[in-house]
Amino acid sequence: MEGQSPVQLEVERLIRVHGRNRTALMPILQELNRAHSYLSEEAMLCVSKELGVPRAEVYGVATFYSFLSVRPRGRFVIRMCRSISCAKQGKFHPVTAALMEELGISFGETTPDGLFTLEKTNCMGMCDQGPAILVNEDVHVKLTVASVLEIIDDYRRKAKAEGFGKKIA
Amino acid sequence: MDVKSVRGLVGNKLSFESVSADNGLKRAANMTADEIISQVIASGLRGRGGAGFPTAKKWEFARSEKGDSKYIVCNADEGEPGTFKDRLILTDFPDLVFAGMAIAGKAVGAEHGILYLRAEYAWLRDHLEKVLEWRRSAKLLGKGLFNNKYFNFDIQIRMGSGAYICGEETALLESLEGRRGDARNRIPFPVQAGFLGKPTVVNNVETLAWVPCIIEKGPSWFSAMGTKKSPGAWLFSVSGDCKRPGIYEYPFGTSLHQLLEDVGGEDAKAVQVGGASGLCVPPTGFSRTLSAGDLATGGSIIIYGPEQDMFDVAENFQHFFADESCGQCVPCRIGNVRLLDAIRKMRKAGLDAETERTLRQLTSTMRTASKCGLGQSSTKAFLSILDNFKNELPPVVGEAKATAAAE
Ligand SMILES: Cc1cc2nc3c(=O)[nH]c(=O)nc-3n(C[C@H](O)[C@H](O)[C@H](O)COP(=O)(O)O)c2cc1C
Ligand code: SF4
Ligand code: FES
Repeated sequence: MEGQSPVQLEVERLIRVHGRNRTALMPILQELNRAHSYLSEEAMLCVSKELGVPRAEVYGVATFYSFLSVRPRGRFVIRMCRSISCAKQGKFHPVTAALMEELGISFGETTPDGLFTLEKTNCMGMCDQGPAILVNEDVHVKLTVASVLEIIDDYRRKAKAEGFGKKIA
Repeated sequence: MDVKSVRGLVGNKLSFESVSADNGLKRAANMTADEIISQVIASGLRGRGGAGFPTAKKWEFARSEKGDSKYIVCNADEGEPGTFKDRLILTDFPDLVFAGMAIAGKAVGAEHGILYLRAEYAWLRDHLEKVLEWRRSAKLLGKGLFNNKYFNFDIQIRMGSGAYICGEETALLESLEGRRGDARNRIPFPVQAGFLGKPTVVNNVETLAWVPCIIEKGPSWFSAMGTKKSPGAWLFSVSGDCKRPGIYEYPFGTSLHQLLEDVGGEDAKAVQVGGASGLCVPPTGFSRTLSAGDLATGGSIIIYGPEQDMFDVAENFQHFFADESCGQCVPCRIGNVRLLDAIRKMRKAGLDAETERTLRQLTSTMRTASKCGLGQSSTKAFLSILDNFKNELPPVVGEAKATAAAE
């Protein structure tokens, strides 16, 4: 349609799936966040307008939940468990160090190529098999230095296959 | 993702392996709501989400409410540190949970089910959707279960987005309605006005999974497993310093000694029962039992070995609460941050008597003045560590000087 931005089209498509009502807010934000790794201002304003939910409330929801982000994040968000059963394996578990070194960033940061964001998270229900990480929606457990490096490589290959970064370059 | 690849260890035989979900459901389909509820009452089943509320009572409340639509919500937010039994139930026995929801629906007169799945378990979603799809095609879900046109029940999955507080049932409902997970005031209770103001039953994954088992095998099969006051068995998530972390099923009344022996954690220095919002039990308490009358739990058991620094634990949990408080009420929002600061300080400079008094006062304010269970129980771990392991703190800087001067 004339004059509609890609974001508007996307929001309209999501409204067709989830409905035009307040209870559809979370699923719509979740899908936008999943597709773009974060919620842009444009996306939040558009959702606010289309669902008739005040923008302050959309922003309020977007900033309440730790898996939703209002700032750009990498294509792959790596979340490392910091709760006690995993953390007890040593604050500076070799896996933590290996991750930081391999990616060249520390927690809360994104690699310059926009591929990875590194975060800490609370218990993810894998306490019997730590150390554990989530990468977007996938879980990886019983990590060793070797296995975590392999996992990173897998995601790099996946990004390459998707043609990630071509648009920016 | 292959969900079985992260199954982990199952340490002993689980009752769930010996039942077929749909025998119970089939039986319930031919029972009246009264009959279902009286079976669940007779079993003595209590909620497994932490509060231990009698399940049948909750259903009766919801049933007695008038309303054109009612909801059964399965709480799969499993966020208590050290808990992962619901994860195993969802990978291995999802049919039991879905059958349990349908039986609950029949008992209270609800036709809609919602499974609220935590974001950290998004990898389980496709697997669960497939099971739901299969159940619809087998007439175990949807319109006209078992071709009975009066028995309708369907289930949709809704996702969380990473917030521990959304495991608290009223915060969960807020989240389902598209809001921040701010816990609600009670009265009305969810059974009166829950999702979209309709009567709503919120039950834990494990609670619901036991339901078809009880209907199939009879209430006395279930109640015979535990003690008189706490009938039944429970799944425990065991992690930390032990040889065999994993999932274990125990009848109520089992002692910590027994559990530690089974999981290879005999040299434990302490056991955390009930996760971050639970209690830290020192060896003198290892003869205590896991039961409603003694150590009530949400099933989380974390074992601390001899090397563990107990105030490291206190700091980790306190950080968790400061992070996860929804921030609505002052005692919890400010109190948890204050306590975290205090723990960090005492780990360096010890704890003098005056500060200890002030802190204990603060914890009692938090316990009594917080709006929901998070703030009410977030001081338990710290206090039980302080009570039992104060000797692990360094000497107070000022006092240390005084002692040195006297010598
Ligand atoms: C901070 C907080 C977190 C909670 N998290 C969970 C949870 O993750 N899963 C759960 O089933 N219950 C949780 N609960 C308990 C629920 O509020 C509710 O009591 C429970 O889901 C009821 O189900 P049940 O009667 O089957 O136990 C939590 C409570 C509080 C206060
Ligand atoms: S006690 Fe804490 S989590 Fe509960 S409502 Fe108050 S601020 Fe929110
Ligand atoms: S403590 Fe790390 S997953 Fe639970």
